[in-house]
Amino acid sequence: MSDIMIELLIGAIWETLLMTVASGLISLLAGLPLGLALVATAKGGLAENLWVNRLLGAVINAFRSVPFIILLVALIPVTRFIVGTALGTWAAIVPLAIAATPYYARIAEVSLREVDKGLIEAVRAMGGNRWTIISEVLIPEALPGIVAGFTVTLVTLIGASAMAGAIGAGGLGDLAIRYGYQRFETGVMIAVVIVLIILVCGIQWIGDRLVAQLERRQAHG
Amino acid sequence: MNSHSAVDITQSQALGLDEVVRLADVRRRFNQTVALDGISLTVRKGEILGIIGRSGAGKSTLIRCLNGLERPDSGEIIIEGTRIDHLAERQLQPLRRRIGMIFQHFNLLSSKTVEANVALPLKIEGSPKAERLARARELLDLVGLSDKAKAYPAQLSGGQKQRVGIARALAARPALLLSDEATSALDPETTRSILALLKEINRKLGLTIVLITHEMDVVRTIADRVAVINAGQIVEEGDVRSVFAAPRQEITKSLLSGNRPHLPEHLQSRLGSSGNSIVASIDLLGPYGQQQFFADLSETLAHGGSLVQGALDHIQGEPVARFFITIPAEQQAVVERLRAKLDAAGAHLEVLGHV
Repeated sequence: MSDIMIELLIGAIWETLLMTVASGLISLLAGLPLGLALVATAKGGLAENLWVNRLLGAVINAFRSVPFIILLVALIPVTRFIVGTALGTWAAIVPLAIAATPYYARIAEVSLREVDKGLIEAVRAMGGNRWTIISEVLIPEALPGIVAGFTVTLVTLIGASAMAGAIGAGGLGDLAIRYGYQRFETGVMIAVVIVLIILVCGIQWIGDRLVAQLERRQAHG
Repeated sequence: MNSHSAVDITQSQALGLDEVVRLADVRRRFNQTVALDGISLTVRKGEILGIIGRSGAGKSTLIRCLNGLERPDSGEIIIEGTRIDHLAERQLQPLRRRIGMIFQHFNLLSSKTVEANVALPLKIEGSPKAERLARARELLDLVGLSDKAKAYPAQLSGGQKQRVGIARALAARPALLLSDEATSALDPETTRSILALLKEINRKLGLTIVLITHEMDVVRTIADRVAVINAGQIVEEGDVRSVFAAPRQEITKSLLSGNRPHLPEHLQSRLGSSGNSIVASIDLLGPYGQQQFFADLSETLAHGGSLVQGALDHIQGEPVARFFITIPAEQQAVVERLRAKLDAAGAHLEVLGHV
């Protein structure tokens, strides 16, 4: 591989990481409260409201059922409004975050829902309010699942960001399509795949380590 | 105690000031099922009340009404003079801090250390960190777990977890402790140690305790008074000794069956309205059952009677005994003589049938 290729590859790694991490953080910050809202408004929840729950669920399902490549194009006006342009790496972060948020909200919902109801009752019996229940019970108790789910979301985002090449966002996927696939540069293709494997493994490894650390204290021993 | 304070106590009793809990005609139903069907109950300051019933009898709903985790459909719930049954969640929150609760499955937060679990009620109250950790240490000392302050609940045994649960329930210096089947998930030995701890806390701190259980042994070991709940109603209530010595309701008798001597199966199965021998049960309460009773019984036995089964036990420091005897059918007069003596001593003889 030539020096130029290596430079392109380094640039693409940076773009992929930027897209993944930025949209991942946004989906964490937006998805976790959404997941909490889903659990809280569900039947028997902290703030039971089935109407809100169904509406929220329907919106999340709607976003999740649209293929990402369609969402990418459909959201162009929104992206242009937020970022000022519909092209480039930063512009790709908007549709990526919007796609990942409902995805992560569902994952967070599952972890939060599995928190033992007895713990919530215990804190209510102590005189705790809803906020105490969220901050002292739901989030800390579901933390291993919340972190594991975030890892899954990041890995999914690496894959999704490849499609963002369609709006000129660059990144590893774009590099693989334009150079590796369309120009038959097998070396680039192999290099991109290897870098992607390393990235995915790296993120998964860090996530697993964190989860293991959190679970060590909760494990039955 | 001088006469002045004696008057004070009588007055406060008359005014109901020594009542920690008062329920009046509390009702609660879940769809078609009636969980509480007109419960009236009082709990006096410093006493241990055991509420016993089978699963589904409504005891869980009842104890949850006492701290507002469950809201009744109708009736009054008064805790320390404050009516709580109509209060909103937000108004209940400060009141719940006066009521500790322990649970069958401990309900400790697995993400927090033992001391953080114990300190949590104080954190909710808004006490400064140093103060609540000091209090947590003090309570862990009380329950004998000072060395586990930094451990996580998963590293503890069941009995240790319940001790942490007790420490946590006491953290905010409650006036009332609710125990929801607190020993049902523990082995017999651990159960005994947890019950001993609860009794000690009751004595040391004068803490009022309401416990629900399906095990008579728990009531027998620590309660002062017992209320038997069946199908949402309190069917029998009284001093533990009196209820153990002379249960009136079938449900009470059946709940007690494991704790009291019963007629041997070979006699029970043959029991009928006629036969060669009369079978009778004798229930005794108090020192008579240890002393004169045996002299009276030996006279009966001299007429061909036999002692077939029985035991003498102590509940709340008082002797409680139950015996089964058989007497030849023609000695009806002897049975009546014994019955008269027992009646005079406050004991009870019941002819069960013939074999």
